[in-house]
Amino acid sequence: MRRIGDAPAVRRVLIGAAVVLSALFLLLPLVAIFAQAFSQGVGVFWGNVSNTYTLHAIALTLGVALFTIPICLVFGVALAWLVTRFSFPGRRLLQTLIDIPFAVSPVVAGLIYLLLYGRNGWVGTWLDSYDIQLMFAWPGILMVTVFVTCPFVARELIPLMQAQGSREEEAAVTLGARGWTLFRRVTLPNIRWALLYGVILTNARAVGEFGAVSVVSGAIRGKTNTLPLHLEQLYQDYNTVGAFASASLLALIALLTLAAKASLEWRASRREAFI
Amino acid sequence: MSLAALSTRRIAAGQKRVLPGFGLSMGISVLFISLVLLLPMTGLFGQLAELSLAEYWAIVTEGRVVASYMVTIGAAAVAAMVNAIFGLLLAWVLVRYEFPGKRLLDALMDLPFALPTAVAGITLATLYASSGWMGSILEPLGFQVAYTWVGIALAMAFTSIPFVVRTVQPVLEDMPNEVDEAAMSLGARDGVAFRRVIIPHLWPAIVTGTGLAFVRSLGEFGAIIFIAGNTPYETEITALMIFVKLQEYDYAGASAIASVVLFVSLTLLLAINIWQGRFIRRLHGGKG
Amino acid sequence: MSIHLYNIGKHFGATRALEPINLDIHEGELVGLLGPSGSGKTTLLRIIAGLENADRAREPGKILFGKCDVTNVHVRDRRIGFVFQHYALFRHMTVYDNVAFGLTVMPRKRRPSSSGIRSRVFRLLEMVKLEHLANRYPAQLSGGQQQRVSLARALAVEPDVLLLDEPFGALDAKVRQELRRWLRHLHDELNFTSVFVTHDQEEALELSDRVVVMSDGRIEQIDSPETLYRVPKNRFVFEFLGDVNHLEGRVQDGVLTCGDARLNVDLPNGHEELLLRPHEVRLAEAPSIESHLPVTITAISPVGAEVRVELQADWLAKPWLATVRHADFERLALCRGLRLYAHPRQWHRFKDKNSTAEIAARAA
Repeated sequence: MRRIGDAPAVRRVLIGAAVVLSALFLLLPLVAIFAQAFSQGVGVFWGNVSNTYTLHAIALTLGVALFTIPICLVFGVALAWLVTRFSFPGRRLLQTLIDIPFAVSPVVAGLIYLLLYGRNGWVGTWLDSYDIQLMFAWPGILMVTVFVTCPFVARELIPLMQAQGSREEEAAVTLGARGWTLFRRVTLPNIRWALLYGVILTNARAVGEFGAVSVVSGAIRGKTNTLPLHLEQLYQDYNTVGAFASASLLALIALLTLAAKASLEWRASRREAFI
Repeated sequence: MSLAALSTRRIAAGQKRVLPGFGLSMGISVLFISLVLLLPMTGLFGQLAELSLAEYWAIVTEGRVVASYMVTIGAAAVAAMVNAIFGLLLAWVLVRYEFPGKRLLDALMDLPFALPTAVAGITLATLYASSGWMGSILEPLGFQVAYTWVGIALAMAFTSIPFVVRTVQPVLEDMPNEVDEAAMSLGARDGVAFRRVIIPHLWPAIVTGTGLAFVRSLGEFGAIIFIAGNTPYETEITALMIFVKLQEYDYAGASAIASVVLFVSLTLLLAINIWQGRFIRRLHGGKG
Repeated sequence: MSIHLYNIGKHFGATRALEPINLDIHEGELVGLLGPSGSGKTTLLRIIAGLENADRAREPGKILFGKCDVTNVHVRDRRIGFVFQHYALFRHMTVYDNVAFGLTVMPRKRRPSSSGIRSRVFRLLEMVKLEHLANRYPAQLSGGQQQRVSLARALAVEPDVLLLDEPFGALDAKVRQELRRWLRHLHDELNFTSVFVTHDQEEALELSDRVVVMSDGRIEQIDSPETLYRVPKNRFVFEFLGDVNHLEGRVQDGVLTCGDARLNVDLPNGHEELLLRPHEVRLAEAPSIESHLPVTITAISPVGAEVRVELQADWLAKPWLATVRHADFERLALCRGLRLYAHPRQWHRFKDKNSTAEIAARAA
């Protein structure tokens, strides 16, 4: 089999260019993160990571992600089920609407939440009269995080469920399966990997969101500082090594995300080859 | 249970759907989209309503803000172009060739989406500062990256790499070998065949990916502010303008600029969606 | 269980898929829904199953299973077995789990014990001769085996009615033949009511007690295979059920002429089109007083019980097809390029597309 661009010289030049550029552009920053974090030794790194403020930021970040994931999961599955299993007027509109968070700048996302739920917003004023404050507190961080991460699960599921069609579900219905049983025993096994990948992406984005969170958090050290905000503060205070210590934790989550994705894809390709 | 017993337990006419969960999934989806996506928009419009048209116009056309549009659009355009070329190269290499480390390279492509933007931001700023690994090589050669618009474009390019690669890759994978063979059997040399046969085939994917990268770059914040230098009129991006107005508690000003950004990005998103729909119809006929 | 449909129609948006129709299917019958694609046969089957809802017209349609109105009963409660066109097996379950599925999702009160489920599943797998593949996944089976699993799965819940959508459509000719025979056998043995959809006339005629011929969302004819073939109600049915030869021309004083061809017919003056089945064309070396239809042989296919001969002539718009017994084939020494005369044994005539046939036979 001969294909376009198969000449050895072309091949070598293109692969070489791709590898060198990727190394410079992608790999080098990744290496730099860990190099900076450990530049003053493991002891300093450990000191930076186990610092009270860092630990609090880690706890807040993980806590927010922990709440975000189930919310996005329920929404993503419901929306994917709705738009791939039923036809109704407005179906395409719903599918377009969930792309909004992808297009909206994170700062704008934070702003619109601040305007509505902040002291000046109409919901915020009303909540204020009950002494409830959402903005500049963890509920606000959770809300904007849900906003920026909500498309991921649905986006992973919709193309897959569309491609699979509803024949298996129809077959299950003719055999008498009902609601939850149908979903759990027939749909879920077919979408579980896409679902897992959607969750991993949601987590990666939830943990790392910066722009939107920085607008609504107030960034009070030890209170409303998430890990990305914490590392920004350290960086602005010229504590570069401390900033990169936090950054390396986030980079580690990113690497785990990539590894999970690669292994899920490998799994999928093996299943395909098998079928 | 007998059929006769069942027929008495009829489902109300008009609500009978074969698969379960229509009401539940519709309820959750509509409630969520209304509360999370649409309701907050009302806050923005409420704030804008407090501005007169003249005030609004004055804010969004103020010199420093207009300069930030120029910087943002210019840098995003450069970043998108760079990504179009880099993305095409990477997609081609990943689909067409086998070589050691290919799977690693493939996995690396998603790094910009997985890595928090703030982390990318401080890393790029550190790397390209005059004392950084890259900066100490480039600056003696006369290339100043950090604290210039080149740095902004670099950060934008970094965060939007996966768009072009990941939209072109599947299209290239699905391209049957016969297309290559037909082009070559008709006597086309590699360069000509690539330009006349392969590029047109990939064109819609390239445009979609580049468009998405551009939209993303327009809104990017975390990765840019560290490397940008943020000098008024020169290296301030529009997202930062909004942020600055907010820190000055100028909510009206922030909303006005945000409305411009929101309008542009939603329009572009819609345009990309429509373009994609048309393309899908052309390839697969009928329904899109 | 008998099935009765009254005034069942269906629109998809603005397009009409099914005109309001009535249909009665008797207990224990095996009925084929036959028609070209887009004729509404699959829609009708899915409405019977409850997978689609019929239109809610001013006079709402009704579906009865036996004496019981199931119009508003959900598909899962209709006690039907449905065999899908591409099987729709659960990919992530073994053959055993696929067949057992319907039993395991029963409400606890009716659900058999796990040993009961096991013995019933194995009885079914034995019946479809797949007990040795119980632990395989659908992707590891051939098309014919998958089809048998999907049948066993549908039968596991002991349905009153078995519905099959193009059950043999995706299989090769030999497996189809085998599965057809096997389904007929199964039907006779278990004696449920079955309805299946097909676009293959041969399959419908061979398998069914009665065939429902459909086109364009309408029922054209419901009859036994023999009646259908011998006494087609209209031109569509006639043309759909087999090969047809056309003879078109003007009738003047009892003679139909078309170029240099002529045929004595007992018809009034005017334009006429006559239709003939291949076996109704006799070939001879000479014309007769009755007919003068000169033809040339352009192709011969000696496969099967009879020889199929393709005939061409200036006066024909489309070539004719004739079937000749092997004995006659040898007697006439047929070969390509040979000029002969065709003699209609019998012909059919439809005044317009929907009217019934007029048949004129003559001594061959």
